[in-house]
Amino acid sequence: MNYDIFIIIALVIVVLSILAILVRVIIGPSLPDRVVALDAIGIQLMAVIGLFSIILGTRYMIVTILLIGILAFLGTAVFAKFMDKGEVIEHDRNDRD
Amino acid sequence: MSWLHIAVVLPLIFALLIPILYRFYKRIHLGWFVLPIPFVLFVYFLSYIKPTMSGHYTEQSAAWMPQIGMNFDIYVDGLSLLFSLLITGIGSLVVLYSISYLSQTEQLGNFYCYLLIFMSAMLGVVLSDNLLVLYFFWELTSFSSFLLISFWRHKEKSLYGAMKSMMITVFGGLSLLGGFILLHQASGTWRIREMIEHVSSIQSSPFFLLAMVFIILGAMTKSAQFPFYIWLPDAMEAPTPVSAYLHSATMVKAGIYLIARLTPIFAVSQGWIWTVTAFGLVTLFWGSLNATKQQDLKGILAFSTVSQLGMIMSMLGIGAVSYHFNGAESQLYLAAFSAAIFHLINHATFKGALFMITGAVDHATGTRDIQKLGGLMTIMPISFTLSIITALSMAGVPPFNGFLSKEQFLEAMLTVTEAGIFSLNTVGLLLPIVAIVGSMFTFVYSFKFISEIFLGEHKPDKLPHKAHEASILMNISPTILAILVIAIGLFPGLVSAPFVEPAAKAIANVDTVHAEFHMWHGFTPAFFATLLIYIIGAALLLTFKYWVPVLRKLPKALTLNHWYDQTGRYTPYYATQITRTYMTGFIRNNLVIIFSMMIIITFVTLLCVPFTFDFVKVSPIRLYEMISVITIIVAATMIIFARSRLFSIIMLSAVGYSMAIFFIFFNAPDLALTQFVVETISTALFLLCFYHLPNMSRYNETTSYKVGNIIISIGVGAVVTVLGLIAYGNRHFDSISSFYKEHVYDLAQGKNMVNVILVDFRGLDTLFESSVLGIAGMGIYTLIKLRAKHKNGYERVEKIEQAKK
Repeated sequence: MNYDIFIIIALVIVVLSILAILVRVIIGPSLPDRVVALDAIGIQLMAVIGLFSIILGTRYMIVTILLIGILAFLGTAVFAKFMDKGEVIEHDRNDRD
Repeated sequence: MSWLHIAVVLPLIFALLIPILYRFYKRIHLGWFVLPIPFVLFVYFLSYIKPTMSGHYTEQSAAWMPQIGMNFDIYVDGLSLLFSLLITGIGSLVVLYSISYLSQTEQLGNFYCYLLIFMSAMLGVVLSDNLLVLYFFWELTSFSSFLLISFWRHKEKSLYGAMKSMMITVFGGLSLLGGFILLHQASGTWRIREMIEHVSSIQSSPFFLLAMVFIILGAMTKSAQFPFYIWLPDAMEAPTPVSAYLHSATMVKAGIYLIARLTPIFAVSQGWIWTVTAFGLVTLFWGSLNATKQQDLKGILAFSTVSQLGMIMSMLGIGAVSYHFNGAESQLYLAAFSAAIFHLINHATFKGALFMITGAVDHATGTRDIQKLGGLMTIMPISFTLSIITALSMAGVPPFNGFLSKEQFLEAMLTVTEAGIFSLNTVGLLLPIVAIVGSMFTFVYSFKFISEIFLGEHKPDKLPHKAHEASILMNISPTILAILVIAIGLFPGLVSAPFVEPAAKAIANVDTVHAEFHMWHGFTPAFFATLLIYIIGAALLLTFKYWVPVLRKLPKALTLNHWYDQTGRYTPYYATQITRTYMTGFIRNNLVIIFSMMIIITFVTLLCVPFTFDFVKVSPIRLYEMISVITIIVAATMIIFARSRLFSIIMLSAVGYSMAIFFIFFNAPDLALTQFVVETISTALFLLCFYHLPNMSRYNETTSYKVGNIIISIGVGAVVTVLGLIAYGNRHFDSISSFYKEHVYDLAQGKNMVNVILVDFRGLDTLFESSVLGIAGMGIYTLIKLRAKHKNGYERVEKIEQAKK
């Protein structure tokens, strides 16, 4: 049984969803819209890489999937904090240390 | 090394001892210590007269830089011996004179140090047989002359004169170097002797003419020929011993020496004869005409030096005609060589004395202005006698030596019109006319020199201090020179056999040169020319008041000094203007220049070099690569057209992530990993920068500027794309990556090839990339932490601004 056709169908679906989310990134009226859309794109990328690992028959890409997971979380968290407080790392500017 | 080498560098060595003597022996005038040096050298060089007279030449060689052929070769023949004796002999007299001229309060250490450097350099110039060494000493004379002219460096005029002489003589020196190099190219040797032996290969070389032009330029600047004479009158700001030594007897004759020395190489050229003769005569005429209108005694003498140098130069040019004849006819023109050498000696004697007398008058009265001087005959009788002797010799009056050389000069000028070559018998008719007119003015200013100082009415109230006779010490040197003037005038045989004949033999291409000078040689054309000079000269003297004001009122634009000053003023101005057009201070402007040059250079290269595209090895394009590329293109386009910066940053990170995806498509997991992490961090940093940006408009460029930018950016993209395609299609060698593939495990015990390459095969790159990261980290830390000081600085500025309000 050849699974390739399923994988390619899955890839197409994922890519279409990325494009759909990209629309949100571009026209998104507010910053939170875009941030959420970017986060979703990150997750879709994980899927893309997973599917590609199957196509290429390699297991070295798994690390990349994990990394994107971490980065997407970190990035979203940082953006959330930025939108909330206006700065990412809380730091007292008057404190000279 | 031989004694001759030591003789050349002896003054240089002694110049090193000067500071010690100056510091520890304050009571005795420093000049007494210096005096033995030139005197010993003079005596030493006297011992060479005998061998030189008998036609024996001395050669000594010492290796200096044999690899480039620069050896300290010394060659003593009549010409160099004559110059050496002039340098050391007049050097001794000048040092003796300077002892009384310069007081102990002056910076004597500097003075004698510079003077000894100059003496060494000048000896090196005249004794070197190697052109490179000759050039070395040549520049050393320019340099030490610069130091001597600016001896009183608190005076602005001294600095101006020193600067001017430096500029002009170094310009000539560099052109001389060019000429020497061309001569070397043509002959394959640096030695003048060997060049003269293989002269035919130089004469047939394509560099012959260019080398000749360069060398004539160098000699003319040094010897103050028209139009480069302008530095010499300004060099009169130097102390008088310097003027007497450098600017009358020695340095200005270096050009003459060079012309004489290289005559055997260039004399076959018609251009050489014409250039040297014509410029010499123009200088003679122009110098003597200008000398008549000077108000300053040293100004008169400076222009007189210029004019006499022109006279010697023109005689050298005419002597070169002898190379085109044989036998008796050749001897006729050879007389010009001996006349030139003879006048060279005569000029050194009387001009040196005249400068010293001027210095004495300056010392005794405090001024050199002829309007304030007058009637000093009874007050300074010795100086009066000396100046009568020397100035009349300069004017060419018997029985002094100037008369003999002037007769010879006129005779040479008149004979050359009979030579049936180079149209000398048609245009050449001008030569004696210019020479005679120039000599008339020489007559005028020589008499003016005497009458303005010593005759007329004494004006004690105009003089800065009371006039008195110069000290005995000060009068010794000019007296010796004046005795020489009379002695040579009455007994020319004193110098003709020992000096003039060997020297003329060194210039000429024949073995026997007879130099005989007579006071009276019948009713020759030269005799009538001399009579004419005396009569019209006397008439000009009587009508002096009427025509000199006309000369003085010549418009400024006609003087060469005006043009020199204008050049000095406008060259920096225009240089600044040109620099300002491209050094605007805007980085974008520099980038425009860099990128457009890159486009132009690549484009021109592509036009000139044939190139091919080769699409045979191209891999098939897969669908997902296409999608990724489209994503990148869309994102990059959005960066350009985005209105907000935030959107640009997000699009930039989109490009970065797409690149990471690309790495995955092309089986590069390590790269993809790193790319993801780095892209995230740099996006975060961009956001950080974005947050702290001031609220300023992003688009403040003009539309036209944008159009230019678009063209340049498209050009750069196109050029890089084309280069990439060409490079891809022209791979001539196999990659070495197969080696890594085979040996990644057996040599390096690793399975991850990228990592093995990074830390094992090519670990050195990684080391320094790590250090780059470390430096960047430290740089960021220092930039942030050391800001505190600047902050205070800004605060202070703000406080000042507030205080102003």
